[in-house]
Amino acid sequence: MESKLLDSVNTIQTPEGVDIHLRVAGIWPRSVAWVVDLLIRGATYVLLAIIAGLLGDFGTGLMLIGFFLMEWFYPVLFEVFNNGMTPGKKLLNIQVINGDGTPIGWSPSMLRNILRTVDFLPFFYGLGFASMLLNDKFQRLGDLAADTIVIYVNNTTGMSSIPEHLAIKPSYDLNLKEQQSIIRYAERSNQLSEERMQELAEILNSLDLPDHQMTKSKLLGIANGLIGRK
Amino acid sequence: MKQSDFEKKYENFWLDLEDRLLLVSERTSNKRNHESKVSQIKSKKPKKRNLGEEFPENYRLLCHHLSLARSRHYSPLLVERLEKLVINAHQIYYRRKTHMLSSVLIYFTSGFSQSVRKEWHWILLSSALFFGTFLGMLITLQYYPDMVYTVISGEQLAQMESMYDPSQDKIGRNRTSGTDFEMFGFYIFNNTGIGLRTFASGLLFGVGSVITLVFNGLTIGGVAGYLTFIGYSSTFWPFVSGHSAMELTAIVLSGAAGFKLGFSIISPGRKSRLRSLIDSAREAIYMMYGVATMFVIAAFIEAYWSSMTDIPSMVKYTVGVINWLLLIMYFVFLGRNRAIR
Repeated sequence: MESKLLDSVNTIQTPEGVDIHLRVAGIWPRSVAWVVDLLIRGATYVLLAIIAGLLGDFGTGLMLIGFFLMEWFYPVLFEVFNNGMTPGKKLLNIQVINGDGTPIGWSPSMLRNILRTVDFLPFFYGLGFASMLLNDKFQRLGDLAADTIVIYVNNTTGMSSIPEHLAIKPSYDLNLKEQQSIIRYAERSNQLSEERMQELAEILNSLDLPDHQMTKSKLLGIANGLIGRK
Repeated sequence: MKQSDFEKKYENFWLDLEDRLLLVSERTSNKRNHESKVSQIKSKKPKKRNLGEEFPENYRLLCHHLSLARSRHYSPLLVERLEKLVINAHQIYYRRKTHMLSSVLIYFTSGFSQSVRKEWHWILLSSALFFGTFLGMLITLQYYPDMVYTVISGEQLAQMESMYDPSQDKIGRNRTSGTDFEMFGFYIFNNTGIGLRTFASGLLFGVGSVITLVFNGLTIGGVAGYLTFIGYSSTFWPFVSGHSAMELTAIVLSGAAGFKLGFSIISPGRKSRLRSLIDSAREAIYMMYGVATMFVIAAFIEAYWSSMTDIPSMVKYTVGVINWLLLIMYFVFLGRNRAIR
């Protein structure tokens, strides 16, 4: 029995018939990005207020229009003209795109940012958080209505984090699922402690494998072989 | 074909694509680090993307390579590299190119009024709520003026009173606050914000729209009714007549767009609730572009025309009526014989 594992990877089929896998960003990176944007906006408000102070009444009018634009259009303009990335998102390496993997345009961006008002209710993104926790793509209400998702920009290859090791050929053929598990195991080798890695490797010993005594280094060797290193 | 042969055969093709997409992959970065650093120093401007004419062809070929690599179980490292390329090319290939000017033109000559006509039943409900409470309050106050304190605080009322005092030289604003432009900024910031929030709060099954429409109807009706009762009609009504068409209609339309959002979840018909929401939201936001524009126009009229005191009331009323007629004609007649885009 194979059950579907919880995963943040979303598979989208392009019109060309190939699957692409997008990793959606969760609450934490999005919150940090939001705080960064908040700081930038705050600084801009202060700047606007200072300039307005110099210009008198005319400045006050200008400042209020500036506030209006910053409040409603700051995220929209960045998302439309900067590949779905506000400065905060860029820093966190995340990006807003349409649900079908295409770049975000005016209407979806306007929608998700106007509906932010509702996500903010009843206090500090209460509904937004609830909505993000309740669906598998971490979409807040604005994202649901606009059909948008926030993903990690794909410029980090997990596999490059696999430590170099002399490639080993496994003593029997591995199927795709097994290959992937071993690769994922190797990818996490710098996030887990030495002991834990060893412990995970030893789980395999309870299976009746022709190759007894599985160790961390053996698994890393197999992983190196699988990803095509020599 | 063995993986090594496959890679050898197409390596240059991929490198070229990566280059055109301005991607820096692990492999290219090692080879080109030096080269690119030199060119970066030479031209400080970021390189512009040059996809070349055969980009669509190349993109499809690339997708083919990815499929092949997957079905032949080539190494995950290669598959990942190709997938990354495909994801980036996909985003560029499917970027929508809009002709801003012509789409704006089409929008205001037909699209906006068409979308408003289509939602007539929501506009009816929204108008009933807003104008109903507005008129109800206005009339009630003529007989029971104390009722005004149920919706507006005494402090605010005193402020309103001073704003529309016939002895003022600039009506419709505080003694302290200044120029027309300042007020223009304030009206945009305040009124358009209210409109957008009315729309957004409709997502909560329409409840948010009901609350903001009724609340606004009561307060605006309260102010109007009270000022009429105390005999400031000669300043209040000429002041508001000019921008009333744009502003009140815009509030009603914001509420209607909100109802459309809320109702799409309550009664999705044969679609899923999510699908229904996505479809309705797209139509609603399309209408909101025009509504937001109306708020800005209203702000302009209110700041520059309505505040003028040396114009006879009759002229102001006439302009107000003309504005209403023009607006109604705009929504009733414009774009009728054009296909909906």
